Order: sequence, then structure tokens, then C-alpha cells
Amino acid sequence: MQRRTIWSFVLVAILFVTSACESRSDVAPVSVVPESGGGGGSGGTMGDSTVIGTVTIEGTAPMAETIRMNSDPVCLKEATMTDTEYYIVGEENALGNVFVYVKEGISGTYPPANETVTLDQRGCRYNPHIFGLQVGQTLQIVNSDDTLHNIHATPVANAEFNTGQPIQGMTLDRQFDQPEVMVPFKCDVHGWMNSYVGVLPHPFFATTGPDGTFDLSNLPAGNYVVEAWHEMLGTQTQNVTVGDGETTEVSFSFNVG
Amino acid sequence: MHWLHHYIKLLTVASLVLITAGGLVTSTDSGLAVPDWPNTYGYFMFSFPLSKMVGGVLYEHGHRLIASIVGMLTIGLVVWLSRTEPRTWVRRLGWIALAAVITQGTLGGLTVLYFLPPPISISHAGLAQLFFVLVVSLTVFTSPGWRAQYSRPHPLNDRTLSRLTLLMPFVIYCQILIGATMRHTDAGLAIPEFPLPFGLLVPPVWTTGITFNFAHRIGALVVTVLILTTMAHVLYHHRSVRTLARPALLLGALVCLQFSLGALTVLSEKHVVINTAHVAVGATVLVTAVVLALRVHRISFRDVDIHDRQPETCVESVPTDSEAQA
Repeated sequence: MQRRTIWSFVLVAILFVTSACESRSDVAPVSVVPESGGGGGSGGTMGDSTVIGTVTIEGTAPMAETIRMNSDPVCLKEATMTDTEYYIVGEENALGNVFVYVKEGISGTYPPANETVTLDQRGCRYNPHIFGLQVGQTLQIVNSDDTLHNIHATPVANAEFNTGQPIQGMTLDRQFDQPEVMVPFKCDVHGWMNSYVGVLPHPFFATTGPDGTFDLSNLPAGNYVVEAWHEMLGTQTQNVTVGDGETTEVSFSFNVG
Repeated sequence: MHWLHHYIKLLTVASLVLITAGGLVTSTDSGLAVPDWPNTYGYFMFSFPLSKMVGGVLYEHGHRLIASIVGMLTIGLVVWLSRTEPRTWVRRLGWIALAAVITQGTLGGLTVLYFLPPPISISHAGLAQLFFVLVVSLTVFTSPGWRAQYSRPHPLNDRTLSRLTLLMPFVIYCQILIGATMRHTDAGLAIPEFPLPFGLLVPPVWTTGITFNFAHRIGALVVTVLILTTMAHVLYHHRSVRTLARPALLLGALVCLQFSLGALTVLSEKHVVINTAHVAVGATVLVTAVVLALRVHRISFRDVDIHDRQPETCVESVPTDSEAQA
């Protein structure tokens, strides 16, 4: 009886160790970059109209806070920028890191652009912090740090994924198959690291720089709803009409409560 | 038998450390800092470099390592019980503990691979408490005091105490499950004020988070009143029985501490240390209530002991009162 019990233990221990040694069946495999290039096709047309504009902030934006990175000595050593990026305010109250895109009015489908967009983890920050991507376009996530990161995307319409990059220089290619504004990224190792990507079925989007400007070019003439999204201040929309070959200017102003 | 008892005490301590480490993982939001399982960033768990244990990895991988130690100690426990324990039901409890710890490890892995779905995470938290209760119960069952029936060969004849102590662990466990649900649905600050929700006795609006949060607060009141009532009852009627008075007093002190930690968790906006201590003390409250219940109902196990008794296990000398405290 006792001998049988001991052998049962040995069996359980072997099963445990064997399962621990197996490699993880990871999340979905890397997708293949599509062959077709950007620019009108399958019904979606490119035009020569443009919507340009500026995003500003009214009121005083909260001061950037210094991120304490002392949970990882590598971050502490290599970080060149340790301020939070929630509010990037330039001259004349220009507001950066605002994602501006055509929300409504685009007809037809647009194949994903050939260019690969890169999300770089460098200095324990995501670069860029706010950016856009077309449905099916390849996003390459790079770990440029000499420490480990995990890439944890928490979309709602697309599939969630969480993948580790323990070695400097590792890359990971991903695509999103559904439009979604915005898909958050976070690193659970370094809780301060976060980023957002706007995934759209067309190429008419931009992110404002520190000067607050944006440029939605190559639009076909038409009536559009343009939305501006800020991670702390929410969204604003405007109706915009742009004629053939014309440039229309719009401006957004976010109020700090 | 003496060393087995000390071994299980070691497992008890390790289990509490493990629960605390688990609380630290959730309090620091590090549950997904290691995306793979059972490996860690592709490394075999025990060969993962210490230099890479940074940020959230320190908490999550640390939790896994402690869990492995507890798992191995539990395997050792079952082997030890199988070889030396004459009581069949105690040996069976050892096997149940092993099944629980294996299931617990699997739940922990699944919750990582499926991005912390609340049902799996809550089950992981709930089973952790049951495992802890099992281990503490085994500590009690192998103690010299238990075998000497705490020098009380006759029933207490106190039906009120009997009912209170049977009810208490159940109510505390329900309260812990509500707390785990709140924690794993990120509803800890759904009501950001303390003591009154939004300045009122009852929340003016109801969301899922507010409901769990409010239920946990009501549960805290129920548990506190129940424990303090039990403590008062023990101290009034059985003050001289130290094997009952001591855990009752400890329980009263622990529930006051736990109530304060709950309030401070809200007021500090879930400070990591306070939030983690709330988990650890909650588990300690539960097992202290279980110890008290077992001591009160010791006589009910008599028949089981007699049924299982084998010649070599028989009667030892009745320990002194201080021995019976063990």
C-alpha cells in the first residue's frame, strides 16, 4: 500500500516537472505583411483635399510628474525622459499627443499601407506614445532596452495579447483586424509605461506634435466628421466640408476642468 | 508525530507568506508581468535569472517561486502523513490539500494565460483560503493539545458557542469571496469614501462595482459584530478555558485590525502595503476562527478517532495546560 502511494507521488512530481519544462503555447502567431500598397483601391479613393488644423488647451494643464523608475535599475540608468506625457503643451497653448482622425464620411475600403509602424520600448518608455495604424497594417514592437518588457494590449474589439520580450533587440509583429479607437498598451513590469494606438480602416489620421498641428491630406472631397482624442481630456468632434483640391482648416480646443 | 506537527506549522507559515505574496501581486497590478506559464519569459521557472526580477516580475515570479515551495512542502506532507499518520481521515485531508495545491497552481497559470478573467482569478483567491484552512486544520489535528482533547473529555454544553463558531468561518469566507470579487473586478475604490458611501447610508446609484464594494462593507460589519459577540461570549462563559479564550481574544484583535486596514485601503487609495496587509490579515482571521471552531467542537471528532485508532497510536499522557495551548 505504502509503496503504491510513494510511486503515485513520484508520478505526480514527474508530471509537474514535465509540464513546467514545456514551452508556452503563445498567443496568435505573427501575421504576414500584406502585399498591397496604400492608396485608393477596392472602392476607397484618394483625393487631393486636405483638412489641417490645430489643437489647443484652455486653462492650465497639470504639471508633468516625475516617474519613479527605481523598481528597475536599468530604467533608472537608461531613461532619458522621466516626465509623464499626459499633457504635452507647446507655445500658445498648443496641445500635443492628440489623435485626430476622420470618424465618419469615408466610403469604400482602403487596403493597409505597406509601411511598418514601429512601437519602440526605449528608456522604459513607449515611443511614440500616441499613434495611428490601419486595419491590417503591420505594427512592429521593438525592445531597445537592456531589460525585459511585456507588451500587453487591452483592446475591446480586437484580440487581447500579452507577450514577453526579455532580450534587448527582440521584435514582434502584430496586426489588428478591427477598427478601434483607441487600443491601450501597457507594460505590467513597469507600471508607468503606457501607449495608445488608433486603428482605422482608412489612412486619414494624424497625431499632433508639440505645436498642436495636424494634417489629414489626400482626402476625397466630401463632408466628414473629424474627431480629436486626448487620453486625459476625452474627445471632441467637428463637421468638416472640404471641396475638391481645397484645404479646410479646423481647430479643436480642450478645456481643462 | 511531534516533528510532523512542526513541519505542518512550517507549511502554515509558508502558506501565509504565499497568500501575502498573492496579495502583493494584485495590489501592484503585476498579475500579467510574466506573460507565460509555467515558464517565465521562456526560462524554466527555477532558472530565471535573479537580475531580471525587476518591477512587476519580482512580485509575480516571486509568487510563483513561493507557490512551488508550498507545493513541494505539501507533497512532503502527504508522504509524511502516509507513512506515520494512523488516522485515515487525517491522511485523506493531506491528499485533499495536495489536490487543492495542484488545482490552485493550475488556476494561477490559467488566469495568466487568459488575461486574468475574474471567475478564474476569484476561484484562485478562494481556493487559496481553503488550502490555508486545510493546512491550519492539519496543524490543529496533529497538535498535542488536540490529541489530549485539550484536557476536556466532556462536551462544553454550550449550544450558543457551538453555533456561533460553526457560523463564523462560513460568514468570514463569504466575506473574503466578496472581497476577492471586488479586488478582481477592480471595484476597490468604486465607493471612494469611507465610512459613508457618497455621504449617504446607501449608495444613490448602483453599478456592479458599487454593489460589490457596498456588499463588502456590509459584510465587514456583519463579520465584526459576529466575531466580537463570539469573543464576548467566550470571555464571559469560558474565561478560564485558555484554549478557547486565547483564540477568541486574538480573533477580536485581528478583526479590529482588519476593519481598520479595510478603511485605510480606501482612504489611502489602495496603498500597496495596506492593501496587501488587508489580504493577509483577512486570511489570518479566517483560520483563527477555524481554530476556535475546531477546539470548541473537539469532542465531535472523538468517534472518528476511536474508529481510526490503531494500537501504536494510543493514549499518550495528558499534557499540561501549557502544552495544550500548542
